[in-house]
This record gives sequence, C-alpha cells and structure tokens, in this order.
Amino acid sequence: MSTLTNKLWRNHGGLHLPEHKTISTQQPVQCLSAANLPELVIPLLQHARFYPEPVVKVGNNVYKGQALAKAKGYSSLPIHASTSGQIIAIEPRPIPHLSGLNDTCIILKPDGLDTWTPERLEPLANYTDYTAERLRQRICGAGIVGLGGAVFPAALKLETQGTALHTLIINGAECEPYITCDDMLMREKAQEIIAGIQIILHIFHEHTDPKGLHCLIGIEDNKPEALQAMQQTLAHSQDSRIQVVAIPTIYPSGGEKQLIHILTGREVPSGQRPLNVGILCHNVATTRAIYRAVVLGEPLISRYVTITGSGIKAPQNVEVPLGMPIKHLIAAAGGYTQHQPALVMGGPMMGINLANDTLPVVKATNCILVEAAIQPPPALPCIRCGKCADVCPVSLLPQQLYWHARARHLDALEHHHLFDCIECGCCSYVCPSHIPLVDYYRFAKGEVLKQRETQEKAELARARHEFRQERLERLKREKAEKLAQHKKASQEPTAPSSEVDSKKVAIQAALDRVKAKKSPAPSVSEDKPA
Amino acid sequence: MLSALLVVAGLALGFGLLLGFAAKKYHVEGDPLADKIDKLLPQTQCGQCTFPGCRPYAEAIAKGEADINQCPPGGETTIQALAELMGVEPKPLNSENGTTPATPLVAIIDEYNCIGCTLCIQACPVDAIVGASKHMHTVITAECTGCKLCLPPCPVDCIDMIPAHSKPTQWKWPYPSDTLQIQHAPKPESEAA
Repeated sequence: MSTLTNKLWRNHGGLHLPEHKTISTQQPVQCLSAANLPELVIPLLQHARFYPEPVVKVGNNVYKGQALAKAKGYSSLPIHASTSGQIIAIEPRPIPHLSGLNDTCIILKPDGLDTWTPERLEPLANYTDYTAERLRQRICGAGIVGLGGAVFPAALKLETQGTALHTLIINGAECEPYITCDDMLMREKAQEIIAGIQIILHIFHEHTDPKGLHCLIGIEDNKPEALQAMQQTLAHSQDSRIQVVAIPTIYPSGGEKQLIHILTGREVPSGQRPLNVGILCHNVATTRAIYRAVVLGEPLISRYVTITGSGIKAPQNVEVPLGMPIKHLIAAAGGYTQHQPALVMGGPMMGINLANDTLPVVKATNCILVEAAIQPPPALPCIRCGKCADVCPVSLLPQQLYWHARARHLDALEHHHLFDCIECGCCSYVCPSHIPLVDYYRFAKGEVLKQRETQEKAELARARHEFRQERLERLKREKAEKLAQHKKASQEPTAPSSEVDSKKVAIQAALDRVKAKKSPAPSVSEDKPA
Repeated sequence: MLSALLVVAGLALGFGLLLGFAAKKYHVEGDPLADKIDKLLPQTQCGQCTFPGCRPYAEAIAKGEADINQCPPGGETTIQALAELMGVEPKPLNSENGTTPATPLVAIIDEYNCIGCTLCIQACPVDAIVGASKHMHTVITAECTGCKLCLPPCPVDCIDMIPAHSKPTQWKWPYPSDTLQIQHAPKPESEAA
C-alpha cells in the first residue's frame, strides 16, 4: 500500500531555506568511467573509526571489485578496487576531511579494461534462503556504509541486539539545499531501493515486533518526481509492509532522529540509538547498495554524486567510481564558470571546505558544491536575541552552549546536552551577529572527547605502571628468597650430616642385631653379611 | 540541672562510642587525599617532578612535602585541578621541572638501528616496549606515555619522540578564530562616535 496521507508530527525549529535543487535535476544521471583516468586515489579509511589492513602491494595487478584492504576488527570495513589496473603506490595523500590532513591512500592506475574480478562475491538472488547473519556478513564484506553522510558501517546498524523492530524508516528526505543525488536515485533506481528494503525487512524477520514490522519511506514534498517513481514501483511490487510518505520540506527533516519524530512521533532518548525504541533508519542510497551487494554480489565501488552550484557550467548528477579525483567530475559537468571557485563537499549547511579539486570522491561524498569564494562576515558580539534557540531542531540552548564553549566549561556543556547537537548549522545561519556557533560546538565536542581520551590513557598507564611495580617487587622477592635458600643450604652441610646419620643408624642396627642374636638361646644361626 | 548534665554527658558518651566504632568499622586503607591527587595526575610516570612516578608525587603533595606545580606533562590543566582540590591558589609551572610539550608525544624506535640491547625495555615505566635480547624492539604506541625515560639508556640513540596525534581520526576542531574580530569590531564604531 502506498499513500501520501499519513499522520505526521511537527519537529521543533528548522528553517525554510532556498532550495536550489532544480538546477541539478534537469539532466539524466551520467555514468562516469574510471577506465581511462591517469590514477584513482582510494583512501583506506572511508568509514567511521577503524582502519582496514591493505592486502595488496605496490606493483600488484587488481581487478574491478577486488578487495584492496580487509577489515581488521570490529567497526572496520574492507575497500575495493573501483576498476581494474595496477597499484602504483600506497602512500599518504590529502583526503577530503575537515582536518585537511594526509592519510594513507591506495593509488590505482587503471588499465582501461575495467575487468571484473573472477573471484566475485557470489550473487545471493534468493536471499530469503540465507540467514540474517550470512546477509550481514555479505553487507559488511561489500564495504557498505551509511551513504547519507555519517558513513557508519551498515552491517553494524543491522545487528539486532535483542530489541524487536517495529518500524523501518528509509530516509529519502534529502533536506539540505543543492543536493539531489538521492532524488535522482529514487527517480531512476526505485526498483533497487524497494528490493533493498525487502532485504532489510528479511534480515529482521526473526526480530520483528509481535505487532508486525512496517516500513516508511520519508520523502520531502519538494521531490514530486521521486515520490511518484517510488509509489509506482511500490504499486508494482505489491508489498503491503512498505509505505511512501511525503513530509513537509523543512531543513533539517533528514536528520535521523528528526525524521523518526516526524514520521512516528517518537523521540529517541539522548545518547541512545533508534533501535533502542524499535526503529531503524537507513538512507535510500544505502538501501540500494545493500541490494546490489546481496543480489548482484557487487561491492560498494561507486555512488551518485551531485555536482552543482553557480560555479559549474552544467550542474547535474553523476554516478562516480570511488577514488576518482573531483576535477574529472567537474570536467564531466562542463567545467568551472569562474576563475576562483570555492569547493565544498556536501551541502551549504553541513558541508566541508575542500582545498582543491585533486581530492578523491569517497563513500561520504554526496555532493560537490562549487560557488564563488566569499569571505564570511566578521563575527560580532552576541546580542542574546534567542533566534538560535527558536530554530534548533533538537531543542537545545545554543546561546548557553556558545558561552560555555567559549569559556571551555566542559562539564556545563555536557550538562546542556552538547552531544545531542547534530551540527545542522541552523543556529549559525540565523545568527544576526554571524557567530560561527557550530564551529564552537565542534571545538567543544573535540575538547570533551580529548579529555575523555586523556583520562582513559591515564587509567591505562596507571594500571600498567602498578603492574610493573608489582612485578619488579615480586621478582626481587623471589630472588631474595632463592638467595636465602642457597645461603641456608651452604651454611648447614646437609649432605655430610645425613651420611653421618645413616652410618649411625647402620651401626645401631648392627648392634641391635648382635643383641638379638645373643639374648635368645642359639637355635638357628644365620650368616649375616654385615 | 543534674539531669541536664547527665543527658548531655550521656549523649556525648553515646556519640563518642558511635564515632569510635565508625572509625574502626569504616577505616580506609591508604591515604584518600593521595588517591584523589593521583587521579588528577597524567600518569606519565616520567619522574620530572623529581619523584619516582606519579603516585609518590601525589603522596608527597598530600603530606605537604611537594608543591603542586611540578608536573610538566600535566601542565596548566593539572595545576588548576590540583589547586582546586587542595584549596590553594594556582601558580605557574616550575620551570626547573621542565616545560609542557605543545602536543602529546610518543616514542618511536628506528628499527634499522636498534641493536636489541633491552635497556629501553628496562627503563619503560609502563612496559610499552616489546622485544628480546639481540632482537629488534618496538614501541606499543597506544600504551606509550611519552615520558622520554627510554631515550637516555639507548646506546645507539635510535629512539625519537614524535607527535602522538597526526591521523585524521584523531584530529580535533580548533578554537574558532573569530575571537579577535569580536574584540576589534566595536573599536571603529566608538572612534566614529
């Protein structure tokens, strides 16, 4: 059943922003090939937290889809070659990251053939025949992360953890201005998205709430084409568990906890995951990647990227092999219109600035925004107008957080729920004093995390130091004991004394025998050797 | 009059017994103040405070034998925290003990030059160096406190100190740089007025 009318809930705050979305949805998605590029730059870490371990060496020839690095431990994912070619280097290169730091990348020189690996993942077309664990392993092995922006490993999110699931929410809201990659994906690959949803529903079929499991696809009402495409496909599939819901266009309705509230009216408690309240949320692009990994056996080696902004000649969406330097995307979109464009990865609200266009496309790249470089206006003192608190979608007190962050009052910040801030940028956007509020919150989060890390490290060092002291003392004690024993042994000549004793005993025994011989009447004589 | 005295005396005796019993029953082994101080110290175990480790320094502070400004790895933050705990005024770090490093450091062994003498292993206060006699040694980075105690014993000078945080995952957002502009912004207005 698909419907457009459903009870919706209103979130606190939010903003109506100029959308700028139509400029990049006029053309069909162009599929770019990596085959004829001089090189692909594939960063090792494209997901949250832990590095995978490279399994290829410089000089190796690899096929398309072959694993370049394998997962090492929990929360680590493999990465795969986006095309066939030769590994020409494994070295630190600049990556698209806030820090602008270098990180280990695998440099692949395409051979132009784009040959798939013969050891491809086996397609599991009849996925209902397999256990949830097998499917999760496949999703993990395909290197799938949340493609909405958080890049959290998708397989970890699909772990059941004992909670029964009652609602699966598919995030097609795409609330940030300019970005249209999910919109185009829903228009063009609705079938694959629905199939992916069915796979997720199957994974949870043993952990379903007794009242049943249903799926809501939340799409903002500024995407009528996507809504229509999804509904038509859904009508074809005749899956009564899935429902398409149009939600009002307001930024940031695409935030995980925000979308859950809009669609179900339930609030996810602070510091908890949606699964704790029986809800799971996945992005549409992640769902499609899950379908391709399970049914087609394809690892995550490409994604939809919006290339847009006033600095681009022909804004559009492209399907890009991961690792492709951004300059090739820009060339595919007609090139720059200005001489000094500013590049942003992501949208205008939450995106990160990129230093240049040689950085590669990674799993987190949903949009490349090219605008004229403008200097942000200087920040002025806070006038305590309270506009920031009005727009905050998490109902925080941005002004309080700002003062405490400025003063580095870390305890007060945690008390004011700093970590519930989703860094959506609404407060900075409305601030009449142009204070970069979100920068302060990001800084404060870093400080709190740093403090926690230092504390943990100090605890570890203390434990290790105490253990070492104990060990040294034990060794000293054992040595002293041994020495004392040796000394004792050398002072009392035990060996000779025992000899004397045995001699005495022997003499005594002989005397006893003699006595025994003598005392009774001589009856039986026996010859004794001693 | 007498009854009042008796009541007070009785109460005093009762409470005295109660306190005496509580002191015996809930007796805490060790020095709780030293424990609290030890918790605030960075546990680098570097000995720059002139004491053989963080615990002895904490005990010395608790006894009043050492000042609170002798811990260079802890720096200003630790001095502040100690001052708050001890109820004294914070003071600047004693420069005789050393200077606070700008970034946390960790030791790294140049594996080509290491001769496997085990001297650094014996010097490490937290057992963060692994290796065996005449075999290459290496530092467990996650457990190194950056105390530099392994540097002097090394006969071939093959240990270096490098900044601990250089990976993007460990990068932290800096303090926003608009502070100066906030201070300067009102100036032209007042001049104009």
